[in-house]
Amino acid sequence: MKRLSIAESIRQAIAEEMERDETVFCLGEDIAIPGGWGGAFTATLGLEEKFSDRMLNTPIAELGFFGAAVGAAMMGMRPIADVQYGDFLFLAMDQIVNNAAKMRYMSGGTIRVPMVMRAPIGATGRGSQHAQSMERYFIGVPGIYVTTVSNAYDAKGVLKSAVRDDNPVLIFEHKLLYGSKGARAESGTIDASSDIPDEDYLVPFNQADVRRQGEHVTLLGWLLMHHFCMAAADSLGDQGIDAEVIDVRSLAPIDYETIGRSVQKTGRVVIVEEGPRTGGVSAELAAGIMERFGDSLMAPVMRVASPDVPPPFAPDLENLYRPDTARIIAATRHIMRN
Amino acid sequence: MTQLTTHITVDRLNRYDAAFVMGLYERMVLIREFEEGVKFMFLEGTMPGTIHQCQGQEATAVGVCSALDDDDYITSTFRGHGHALAKGLGVQEMLNELFGRSTGCCRGKGGSMHIGDMTKGMVPAIAIVGGSVPLAAGMALAFKMQKTPQIVACFFGDGATSEGAFYEGVNLAAIWDLPALFVCENNLYGASTHIDKVTRVEHVADRAPAFGIQAQIVDGNDVLAVYEAAKRAADECRTGQGPVLLELLTYRRTGHSRRDACHYQPKGERDMWLARDPIELLGRAIVERGYANIEQLEAIRSRTETEFNEMVEIAKQQPPPTAQDLLEDVYA
Repeated sequence: MKRLSIAESIRQAIAEEMERDETVFCLGEDIAIPGGWGGAFTATLGLEEKFSDRMLNTPIAELGFFGAAVGAAMMGMRPIADVQYGDFLFLAMDQIVNNAAKMRYMSGGTIRVPMVMRAPIGATGRGSQHAQSMERYFIGVPGIYVTTVSNAYDAKGVLKSAVRDDNPVLIFEHKLLYGSKGARAESGTIDASSDIPDEDYLVPFNQADVRRQGEHVTLLGWLLMHHFCMAAADSLGDQGIDAEVIDVRSLAPIDYETIGRSVQKTGRVVIVEEGPRTGGVSAELAAGIMERFGDSLMAPVMRVASPDVPPPFAPDLENLYRPDTARIIAATRHIMRN
Repeated sequence: MTQLTTHITVDRLNRYDAAFVMGLYERMVLIREFEEGVKFMFLEGTMPGTIHQCQGQEATAVGVCSALDDDDYITSTFRGHGHALAKGLGVQEMLNELFGRSTGCCRGKGGSMHIGDMTKGMVPAIAIVGGSVPLAAGMALAFKMQKTPQIVACFFGDGATSEGAFYEGVNLAAIWDLPALFVCENNLYGASTHIDKVTRVEHVADRAPAFGIQAQIVDGNDVLAVYEAAKRAADECRTGQGPVLLELLTYRRTGHSRRDACHYQPKGERDMWLARDPIELLGRAIVERGYANIEQLEAIRSRTETEFNEMVEIAKQQPPPTAQDLLEDVYA
């Protein structure tokens, strides 16, 4: 058992999977450079020392190397492709949406695309083009799985499950949760480290997890917002509101079984999402809950999200942009009035 | 300017045995008859979907694929029927697919624009222009990492060379010395737009030095020239010398798609290319050499047409996919 950050547990997961299976390899920008960064957030730092043939540093060409990952996966390899910032996924969009996601269907079920995509997201002092929440753009793309990791234990176990799966899996990570150290450290980091078992373990990438039991209301969040939901639940407890908190984790598919059990118990739902309110994942969650468990609801589903503006730069603006515990508490108190 | 063939000489034919030459001819005739038959059915309204055809470009597909091994792969485009037939897909499984039947090579989920069959070494065609180039680089990367002798031939049109995907994909193949054969079928038009309107350099191959790779311009209507260039390039790729770009000069006799009547193709240009039809070029040489006479060549065409028509009737009797089929094959 060892305490690791998300960046460290991802590094360990990749190393162990490459050790276990020689078809696993990494490709991305600024990886495998001795004296370099190990990717933008140190997740692959030093892995080139042991796996020099399987750590492929790419040109700055997201469309190109995501396409290469799809092609290699089709031919029996298991690539792990990462972008430095999730925003760059837009550059790779054609290969992800038109090729990775559809190759199996178009081929009548004869092709497998076992690839993992990793992407850091979140508003973190970088303004509009390095801080977007990208999940929304991918949850409506049949053929890929979309998941998130909010602590180091999940980060390792989910990544390993994704590597071993025969489908494209897109994993979103949050810049404020990595726990990156040295020159690549982030300010404003939240502790997401975990005790990592010595033995091999897997975490399914398609399941939600109830992290706090409660009776009155269900708080749904993922990545950084899940941590904020936990903090809000503590405060709400002091005010006599017993909140159940679920780390939604998997965004495509959504684990309605776990979420439904909670909704049927509490009858009230607050969904918290970093990213603009309109067209977000929370809209899909709200509709899905209404369709399945609407009869159990005692109040309309509430959303807490960023306003419909691009991610701003100024720290004051960014703090207004990103949902925080105060807004989660206010929304929850509001829904409890019904 | 590359010399365009107006006459395939007997000397050139003599480098190959009769069976090989007749095989090239028959395969080109198969593609032509397939495309003409499909065009008729599309226009009469019995075949669903949209359609992009390759009449006039048969030599590029057949010449390149004849230079590949069975376990080599190709990637293709929305204009992929010729590539498929050249790589060995069966007419029946293709017709079943074009008619949207569950017994099609993609179970009715690919159609004309995504025709393919991995067991024959053809990735379902990529209908996004340029989208297959990075994909092919990745396939070649896998071959290199797995230390297999396979290569991938990536077909694309002149239009694709304006796409960013082309630059990113070819560059990856170049820096990693990947066994990829990049085959540009330059038929002068991206849909209705002439390449001169969208490209400043004279030849697509002029771009190769910018990647640091080898390139060759070849008469794409001369199937022997295509075969020879592709064979040489394939050998280079296979032996670790990195990717090669082949620019095959050819011409599309038919419209870009559907009912396009090609009014944008100038008469002089069109006449020049139609006079150099790839099937007729080889056919004349075959007759001159005595591998077959005109009647025998006509018999090949007529037999191909008859067999095609029989398979059309079979395809029409195939079962359509079901509601359950709709939901299958999304995830492995």
